[in-house]
Amino acid sequence: MSEVAHVSHDDHHDDHGHHHKETFITKYIFSQDHKMISKQYLITGLIMGFIGIAMSLLFRMQLAWPGESFGIFEAVLGKWAPDGVMDADIYLALVTIHGTLMVFFVLTQGLSGTFSNLLIPLQIGARDMASGFLNMVSYWMFFVSSVIMIISLFVEAGPAAAGWTIYPPLSALPMAQPGSGMGMTLWLVSMAIFIASSLLGSLNYIVTVINLRTKGMSMTRLPLTIWAFFVTAIIGVVSFPVLLSAALLLIMDRSFGTSFFLSDIFIQGEVLHYQGGSPVLYEHLFWFLGHPEVYIVLLPALGITSEVMSTNARKPIFGYRAMVASILAIAFLSTIVWGHHMFVSGMNPFLGSVFTFTTLLIAIPSAVKAFNYITTLWKGNLQLNPAMLFSIGLVSTFITGGLTGIILGDSTLDINVHDTYFVVAHFHLVMGISALYGMFAGIYHWFPKMFQGRMMNKNLGYVHFWITAVCAYGVFFPMHFVGMAGVPRRYYENTAFPMFDELTNVQVLMTVFAIIAGLAQLIFVYNFISSIFYGKKGPVNPWGSNTLEWTTPQEHIHGNWPGEIPHVYRWAYDYSKTYENGEYIIAGQDFVPQNVPLQENEEELNH
Amino acid sequence: MTTLLTLAVLVLVAIAIWQMTKIFELSQTKTEKAEIANDSDNKNNGYLLFVFLIFIYGITIFSFVKYGKTLLPEAASEHGGEYDQLMLVSMGIIFFVQTVTQALLHYFGYKYRGQKGRKALFFADNDRLEFIWTIIPVIVLAGLILWGLYTWTNIMDINEDDDPLVVELYAQQFNWTARYGGDDNVLGNANVRLIDIANANVLGLDESDPNSEDDIIVKELHLPVGRKVNFKMRSQDVLHSAYMPHFRAQMNCVPGMITQFSFTPTVTTEEMRLNPDVVDKVKRTNALRAEWAAEGRPNSDPWEFDYILLCNKICGKSHYNMQMKIIVETEEEFNKWLAEQKSFKETVMVDEVEEEEQAFNTEDGVDIELEETTSEE
Repeated sequence: MSEVAHVSHDDHHDDHGHHHKETFITKYIFSQDHKMISKQYLITGLIMGFIGIAMSLLFRMQLAWPGESFGIFEAVLGKWAPDGVMDADIYLALVTIHGTLMVFFVLTQGLSGTFSNLLIPLQIGARDMASGFLNMVSYWMFFVSSVIMIISLFVEAGPAAAGWTIYPPLSALPMAQPGSGMGMTLWLVSMAIFIASSLLGSLNYIVTVINLRTKGMSMTRLPLTIWAFFVTAIIGVVSFPVLLSAALLLIMDRSFGTSFFLSDIFIQGEVLHYQGGSPVLYEHLFWFLGHPEVYIVLLPALGITSEVMSTNARKPIFGYRAMVASILAIAFLSTIVWGHHMFVSGMNPFLGSVFTFTTLLIAIPSAVKAFNYITTLWKGNLQLNPAMLFSIGLVSTFITGGLTGIILGDSTLDINVHDTYFVVAHFHLVMGISALYGMFAGIYHWFPKMFQGRMMNKNLGYVHFWITAVCAYGVFFPMHFVGMAGVPRRYYENTAFPMFDELTNVQVLMTVFAIIAGLAQLIFVYNFISSIFYGKKGPVNPWGSNTLEWTTPQEHIHGNWPGEIPHVYRWAYDYSKTYENGEYIIAGQDFVPQNVPLQENEEELNH
Repeated sequence: MTTLLTLAVLVLVAIAIWQMTKIFELSQTKTEKAEIANDSDNKNNGYLLFVFLIFIYGITIFSFVKYGKTLLPEAASEHGGEYDQLMLVSMGIIFFVQTVTQALLHYFGYKYRGQKGRKALFFADNDRLEFIWTIIPVIVLAGLILWGLYTWTNIMDINEDDDPLVVELYAQQFNWTARYGGDDNVLGNANVRLIDIANANVLGLDESDPNSEDDIIVKELHLPVGRKVNFKMRSQDVLHSAYMPHFRAQMNCVPGMITQFSFTPTVTTEEMRLNPDVVDKVKRTNALRAEWAAEGRPNSDPWEFDYILLCNKICGKSHYNMQMKIIVETEEEFNKWLAEQKSFKETVMVDEVEEEEQAFNTEDGVDIELEETTSEE
């Protein structure tokens, strides 16, 4: 009886949707539809990514050919590159803004915002997010913070330049560097709004996953994507407010003369009044978010990989419960390892011991995940679509980058590689490149879902993947050696130390790879834009996937499903499941979508 | 070797483009499934995955052969030996795991590339496998954690045993200063509020503290070989980090607090210059610098090896050139050098008396400075 009532309620809701009139503004700009909001996140994220990557190419050129004059520097940087030679202050600004854009704007909101919004309602069988309005507000706050961050690039004294971690006192004192003036103020304002946006989004994701799952969609039947987004949102809610507190206290120190992070400072011939604060406190607050942030970036990518890999391997993901357990373990551990960024910060060495212990523990769930991915490929029938290649690429860089974490997480070994290029190589592989691959995998895989059934060109996708894959290793593998030779990061040039002279040609090699990789992204941009308008329409369920999003029509409608919301009868990974006699459950089809009831004689093996 | 790598990249790119055009032709049939991988895509990309595995191994070997020799020479401190050993073992484990897992990943990608009609194995769970690859990392990491923590505790245990030499490293934008305790080996109190540039009291030493009198302030760090050195680090403006890579030593300098690090240098600068690795490195570097000199580039004089202290925490515009030379020498050489240096009393306090006399007749600025110091005292 209750089921009937449920259905009629849904129908009513749906009718309501059809009568709803949409103007251009409500449909494309202030949209409350999760599918449109996800596209807004994606496109904003991609634009920020374009700027971030372009910046990295500029400073990589400076590193490879220090002090040389380039027309492009003069064209892009203007007064900050007199005669085409990059200024040392703007070098630091480029490094800072590159990090900020990539970590927060591309890989946090660009990745998580896009795919959480798109997939949470579609994969759990909900008509929309719990609060469409909050969701819209979240995007527009993200947009405002992006705009402020971009504006900060154009202020007189230059944008923030204290590194993306903006450690005070450097970031707090305008006399310490030009970037710590107006540029830093805008950076902080932008980030404060960003955090609010992220919190609104995260709360919405959590509530939606908990409350709006369709009938039969128990937590243990959730696709791993949803698990990843759900846990990511929880980490975000736990840790982002702490960054907000750090940002607010820093704003107070900068503008209202408080001494939370500052003490005993003599700069440019005068003693400042600050007394009793501690920069180490700031580091604790920053990394309390900063480290979970790594997983906020990475977990959605791993979730996407799980889904894409299983679908394209035509096999269930290996060890579903172990995967969920390791997501939870990583999430928990990620909030108690922040101190490994601070082994040599002057904090008590005993704390260093504790953080070493917790940090190396996190390698265990990570190893489990890696092995499970590899086993998922074993004896599969791998459909090597671009999304699948990016997923395999993710596992590869996740392993390569993750392994060096064993060095950096060990307080002893960290002493000599801390803040060198070894760290840069490590985190770019394990979190930067891996998360980007996850994002690309998601875009190639769910493009048809986002753009009314149109598909991206696979051949351009292959070219994009292979050039990117080769160049990513080409940039970041030799970089480990630069770090182990003792070259510190954030050096404008390494010419002041003859001991680094023979590493100049490594920098050239890395820069050449970086430029090729950057250009290869243009292939993606072209493919992305042209496919939006001219992409070929594929089948409704192009990848033969089990999850619910492929049961919706290609045309986007308000409420996602024209009729009743589908019910769920099985987990998301019944790929190539057979009866005992070796026949597929559904004859001639190697997958059984979640909304297909258990067949006669079928054994429910999982959940 | 570089050409080899470039060639490999070109070949990979060429293969990718070739197959792109080939499949592009096939896709002209305009079937609905045009943009979904077909058997030939699976085949081509399966092979490419295998080639990519070879590429990963190739770039690993290439980097080792080509850049392995550019790494830091053997450690020049007592704890550094243990550091290097732990690093070696950890690296060994990492490379073993890396080689095996990358092989499995890419080989499976190649071996199980999709074919029409092929049936994938429904293999969703296996507790024994899961257990194995949980427990092995647990054991290996437990070993590394214990070893690492034991070493860490030893390194960071900064105590006064064995009569350590006390040295202050003082950081400011963008240079380093070192201060020795002098005859009593005790550093006088200091605070940025006592800095008096006009009187050359640049480190803000407390002139009323008798321990300050014999302190020695220098711009070049000399250390006696074989004697433990306890470093006390200070910064006057922003965060800096005292990074001494040859000694496997690093500690941040934090305004408002004194941080510490301690090590015992074991190899003098002279000895290190004779180390075969260092000799080779200097030779290679100087060959390079000779080329640069021929091109007329600045900063290309021949180089002689020296230990160096670098700033390793972003500190502003000239962060990239904030350094101090470190010289490790025998006890006698060190004592002789130290004896030649002027003490704080000799430099500042004497100057001050002289200036005090002059001050009344000269600039007002000095006058005010003087009033400030006296009122604080």
